[in-house]
Amino acid sequence: MAAITPRQRAGWATANFVVIALALIPVLWLVSLSFKTPTAVLDPSFIPSQWTWGNYSGILTSSQFLRPLANSIGIGIISTLIAVILASMAAYAVARLRFPGKSVLIGMALLIAMFPLIALVTPLFTIERALGLFNTWPGLIIPYVAFGLPLGIYTLSAFFREIPWELEKAAKVDGASPFQAFVKVIAPLAAPGMVTTAILVFLACWNDFLLAISFTSTISSRTAPAAMQYFSGGSVFTIPTGPIAAAAVVITIPIIIFVLFFQRRIVAGLTSGAVKG
Amino acid sequence: MAEIVLEHITKRFPDGSLAVNDFNLEIADGEFVILVGPSGCGKSTTLNMIAGLEDITSGELRIGGQVVNTKSPKDRDIAMVFQSYALYPHMTVRENMGFALKLAKTPQATINQKVEEAARILDLEQLLDRRPANLSGGQRQRVAMGRAIVRDPAAFLMDEPLSNLDAKLRVQTRTEVSRLQKRLGTTMVYVTHDQTEALTLGDRVAVMRTGVLQQAASPKELYDRPVNLFVAGFIGSPAMNFLAGTLEDGMLRTTLGDIRLSDRMRREVERSGTGRDVIVGLRPENFEDAALVPRTTARTGSPSMPPSTSTSPWAPTCSSTSRTGASAA
Repeated sequence: MAAITPRQRAGWATANFVVIALALIPVLWLVSLSFKTPTAVLDPSFIPSQWTWGNYSGILTSSQFLRPLANSIGIGIISTLIAVILASMAAYAVARLRFPGKSVLIGMALLIAMFPLIALVTPLFTIERALGLFNTWPGLIIPYVAFGLPLGIYTLSAFFREIPWELEKAAKVDGASPFQAFVKVIAPLAAPGMVTTAILVFLACWNDFLLAISFTSTISSRTAPAAMQYFSGGSVFTIPTGPIAAAAVVITIPIIIFVLFFQRRIVAGLTSGAVKG
Repeated sequence: MAEIVLEHITKRFPDGSLAVNDFNLEIADGEFVILVGPSGCGKSTTLNMIAGLEDITSGELRIGGQVVNTKSPKDRDIAMVFQSYALYPHMTVRENMGFALKLAKTPQATINQKVEEAARILDLEQLLDRRPANLSGGQRQRVAMGRAIVRDPAAFLMDEPLSNLDAKLRVQTRTEVSRLQKRLGTTMVYVTHDQTEALTLGDRVAVMRTGVLQQAASPKELYDRPVNLFVAGFIGSPAMNFLAGTLEDGMLRTTLGDIRLSDRMRREVERSGTGRDVIVGLRPENFEDAALVPRTTARTGSPSMPPSTSTSPWAPTCSSTSRTGASAA
C-alpha cells in the first residue's frame, strides 16, 4: 500500500470529523441542555452560561424516574437472558440438525423480524388486557423476547456454523451427552456470539418506546423511555426540558458502559487454534 | 481392550447414496488394522460408524462381544483422534486431555495422575498449561493422541491423524504411533489414504473402494497376492505394471516375450477355469537388466520373475467378479 500523502490525510480527517460531528452534536446538545437551568433552556449558546446539577438531582430523587429506571433494567435483563438462552438453543438446532420444518422455522423468524411492530400494538394490547398482562413486567418481557428471538437466532446460528463440527464429535466420543457437548464445548466457543446477541437484544429492549408506552399505565411497570414522557414541569405551563435531557443522558450511560465493557470479548477470536490453520 | 466385529455393515445416506456396502471385518483384540482406499471410498464413514457418530443402516457392529449399533458414542468406550485434531480451544492441554475423565466423574487426583502419565509418554509435560492456539501442529497432534490414551479405552479410532503434518514430521510421528500402539496393546483402527502409512503401520490392511471392502490382509499378503486388479494397482509405489497376455500350452505370451509358468501358477490358472486371455501384473522391482544378471537366472530374455509371488495372472472376467464378491479374508 502506498504511503498516505498529507493531502489524503487531510481528506480523511475532514471526512471522519464530519461523520463524528453529525453523530455526536445532538448528543452533546442533549448533555448541554441537561446542565442548563430551566430559564436558560432557550439560550442558544452551546456551553451553558450557568451550570446546574438541579436537573439530575431532581430526577434521581423522584420515584417518577427511579422506579421506571429499575423497571427498564429488570425487564431488559430478564428479556435478554430468556431470549439469548432460547435463541442459542434454536440457533444450534438450525445450524447443526436436520429436522422437519426447519425452513418454516427460519422463514417464520424472518417474518417476525420484518413485521411492522406498530401494526401489532393494537391486537397485542387487546390480548394483554384479556390475559391480565397489561401493565405488568411479563406484559413487556414476553413481546420483547418474541421480537428479540429472530435477531438472536440469525446472529447465533451464524456463530454456531463457524464452530468446527469435529469438536462436537470429539466431545461425544469423549463421553459427553449432546447437552453436555453443547454446554461445555459449543456454548463457551460461541460466547462472543452470545454476548453480541445479548447486547443487541438488550439495546432493543432498553430503547423500546412503542411497546413500553402502549402496554403500561403506571410507574409499576413503565420503563424509563416511556416514563420521560410523563415528567411534569414546575407548573402546568413549563415544559420539563432539563429533566428530560438529564434522564436521556442517564439512560444512555448504561449502554455506553455495556458496549465498552463487552467490546473486547466480542472482538476476541476464541476459536483460534481449534483446528489446523 | 476388545475385539471389534463388523458384520454386513451397510450405510445408506438419506439422499439414497450407498457409502458402505456389506462390510465384513473381524478385528482381533490388540490388533492394528488400517482402512485404506482412495478418497470417497467410505473408509471414514466406516470409522464414524464404529465410533457411533454415524448411524448404521443395516448389519451388526460388536465391540467386545456386545452389539453396539444403537449405543451412543459415550457408551462404546472408544477414543478417537480426528484429522483436524478437534482440540477444545478454550481449554488448556491439561483440561483437553482430562475432559473425558472429568465427564466420567473421575476424582480430580486420578485425572491429574493419568494426564501427567500420558503427558510423560508423549513428551508434553512442558505444555500442559498452554492452550491449543499456542502449540505447533506436531504438538497439537500429540495432544490429540494424549486425549485418546488418557482414557485407556477399549479401542482407538484414528481418522487420518497424520495428514496435517509436514512430510518429515509425518514419518517421525508414524513410528511414534506404531510404538505407542505396541506399548499399549490396544485395538486400533486407523484410516488413511496414504498407502505407505498403511503398509508400514498395520498388522492388517483393509483396502476399500466405493464402499466395498476389496481385501483385508497383512501388508505382505496384499503386496504379494492382491485379490483383484484394484488392490494390485492401488498397493505399491511405483504402481504395478499391467500387460495383456494369452495363455498357450503352459506358456504366457505377452508383448514383452514368452514366460514359462511355474507348476503352482499353472495349477492356479487352470483351477480358476477361465479363458485364454489374462492380465499380467509385474512389480517394477522385478525387472532386471539382462546384462547384469547371470545367465543361469535370466530366462529366455523374459523379465525376471521369482515364481513364488510376484506375478499374478488374471482373466479379465475374473477381476470383475472378485471385486463384487470381495469379503473379509
